[in-house]
Amino acid sequence: MNQPRKQETHPLDGLLRVDRIPHIWCPGCGIGTAFSASLIAMRESGIDLEKTVMVSGIGCSGRGAGYVNLDSYHTTHGRAIPFATGMKLAKPELNVVVFSGDGDLFAIGGNHFIHAARRNVDLTVVCVNNFNYGMTGGQVAATTPINARTTTTPAGNPDGPFNLPLLAYASGATYVARWTILHTRELMESIQEALLNRGFSFVEILSPCPINYGRRNKESGIASLKIYQDKTIIRNDARPWELEIDFDRGIVLGKFIETERPTCTDRYDSTCRPKELLEGEKTLE
Amino acid sequence: MRPAVLTGEYFMTGDVACAEGALAAGCRFFGGYPITPATEVAEHIAGRLPEVGGTFIQMEDEIAAMASIIGASCAGVKSMTSTSGPGFSLMMENIGLAVCTETPCVVVNVQRAGPSTGLPTQGAQGDMMQARWGSHGHYEIIALAPSSPQEIFYLTVEAFNLSETYRSPVLVMTDEMIGHLSERVVIPEAKKIKTVSRPRPKGSKARFKPFEPGPSGVAPMASAGEGYHIHVTGLTHDQRGYPVMTVETQEAMMAQIMGKIQRNLDDIIRIEEYRLEDAEFVIVSYGVSARTSLAAVDEARELGIKAGLLRLITVWPFPEARIRSLAKRVRGLVTVEINLGQIHLEVERCAAGQAPSLLVGHPGGTIIPPGRVVEALQEFSRGGV
Ligand code: SF4
Repeated sequence: MNQPRKQETHPLDGLLRVDRIPHIWCPGCGIGTAFSASLIAMRESGIDLEKTVMVSGIGCSGRGAGYVNLDSYHTTHGRAIPFATGMKLAKPELNVVVFSGDGDLFAIGGNHFIHAARRNVDLTVVCVNNFNYGMTGGQVAATTPINARTTTTPAGNPDGPFNLPLLAYASGATYVARWTILHTRELMESIQEALLNRGFSFVEILSPCPINYGRRNKESGIASLKIYQDKTIIRNDARPWELEIDFDRGIVLGKFIETERPTCTDRYDSTCRPKELLEGEKTLE
Repeated sequence: MRPAVLTGEYFMTGDVACAEGALAAGCRFFGGYPITPATEVAEHIAGRLPEVGGTFIQMEDEIAAMASIIGASCAGVKSMTSTSGPGFSLMMENIGLAVCTETPCVVVNVQRAGPSTGLPTQGAQGDMMQARWGSHGHYEIIALAPSSPQEIFYLTVEAFNLSETYRSPVLVMTDEMIGHLSERVVIPEAKKIKTVSRPRPKGSKARFKPFEPGPSGVAPMASAGEGYHIHVTGLTHDQRGYPVMTVETQEAMMAQIMGKIQRNLDDIIRIEEYRLEDAEFVIVSYGVSARTSLAAVDEARELGIKAGLLRLITVWPFPEARIRSLAKRVRGLVTVEINLGQIHLEVERCAAGQAPSLLVGHPGGTIIPPGRVVEALQEFSRGGV
């Protein structure tokens, strides 16, 4: 057998907090792929990384902030977005990226998501959607498919999940996309576009949680990837209300919304700031 | 466009004076949410912040308001929120985040009567223990209690200064009466107002540890976007800011976040004493209740009772040493507060049986009239309590 070539460095070394590796993510988990796609996109996008901050909430994906070698804040459960909002509005020159999970962003933190989108706060929100609460052992989430088994829905989930791109669109997000961890190229491109989009940008990443979600739903990590390959359709022009995740009919992926509208800070400046102050700033430049 | 420090003489409410104090202290971010009787703080500062280069945002709830001010502070901007009982309850988890991540910020609680929705338009002092212990886990907190609109101006400045010095959230625990009371407020010239900013890192960025105490015992604070690549977490962390799930790390972190307050009680604790030199009965009070207590001292003296007042300006950390020393020499301690015994419990604990301790309290909705305090003093002095 060939000896694997000894690798001294990892292509993301500069962006990873190497002294914190090994990470906590389970074998077969998709978060690592979603995370490296985000880091590569951050690097490739050309944004000033010294002015880039990652903010996470709580959960398996919420640990993302702990592994990036940039300014990074691991906040409270569900509150990454309002924390990030305060940070962005206080210092608009920062690029603020929220990296967190579906439970964190859409159940406990759902209210913050819709309001930040409504205001068009210039944030990039990357949501790893693994259909359950992984960190606490696999409970039902606001994204769990109907009938799926979790530890708190042992007979199957009686409720339906959110259609996250529709929620983002309806709330006012100016960039909305959905990919899976198998679609790394498209995913990286999308995160790059989201980073460069001025306004509230949202990227949903479908990702397996073999340990908690997969195990209870007879879906191995590989089986999840197979579903992502076989059951997905890329349709960039799909309408947000057609994006329900339906494993039988197929899951629609793509970039669904990319539009422009003044950001929260733009509108605050034009509406609330005294004109003299804004003109003063211009002459200072 | 008005300047940040609105030097001059005014007739203003406590809530407005609080907002002006914040601006004078250098507050440039306010995340708020409307709630009676604190709304006027947000309303006033909403109009003022944009003209001094700051930002106001009304968030979707008090949880978000609290989270937003921590985010703003981590970006290097002095920040504040204001609220009342129900909103204060919602802020508790993130107050703990600010404690654990050592993030300076100021939270104003214009107290109203609870529990629950209670009496929204009527004052109380019922959140004093919540201020101390409301977020989960063990920690130290700084809480100040102003007794007038003039004092709320100064104490809001002071709250920012303490918050920046010790990298800790600081609570301004006022009440509806002071918040809505209009009185003369003098705002001095900007150069006469002392403002303090957090300790800042010097030296190598690569070797910087965000939670390593500097010479003052408090860790210098790097802001987001300065190139320090810091990690900040509400998990138990070491001096690098990295989560470490061990008992030893928990002990070391707790020693740091508690110790920086405990080692500096002399700097943090402010009290005011009135006719205490020969007092046999000492009233312990704060906020609006200290005003009615002041009148009670004079009335009681006219009746031949040697009363005095210890006014707590800093309520937390509790001025234990002063209460202990008074308990050794006086005949009784009377705590006057608009609740059914919160600071009273602390006074009793510190008196440790050396002097009897009595509560003049009320469940909230009104002030405690001086007459009630005098009556209690009379009975107490006759040995009837
Ligand atoms: S529990 Fe699930 S989501 Fe969490 S690390 Fe493991 S596989 Fe990933």
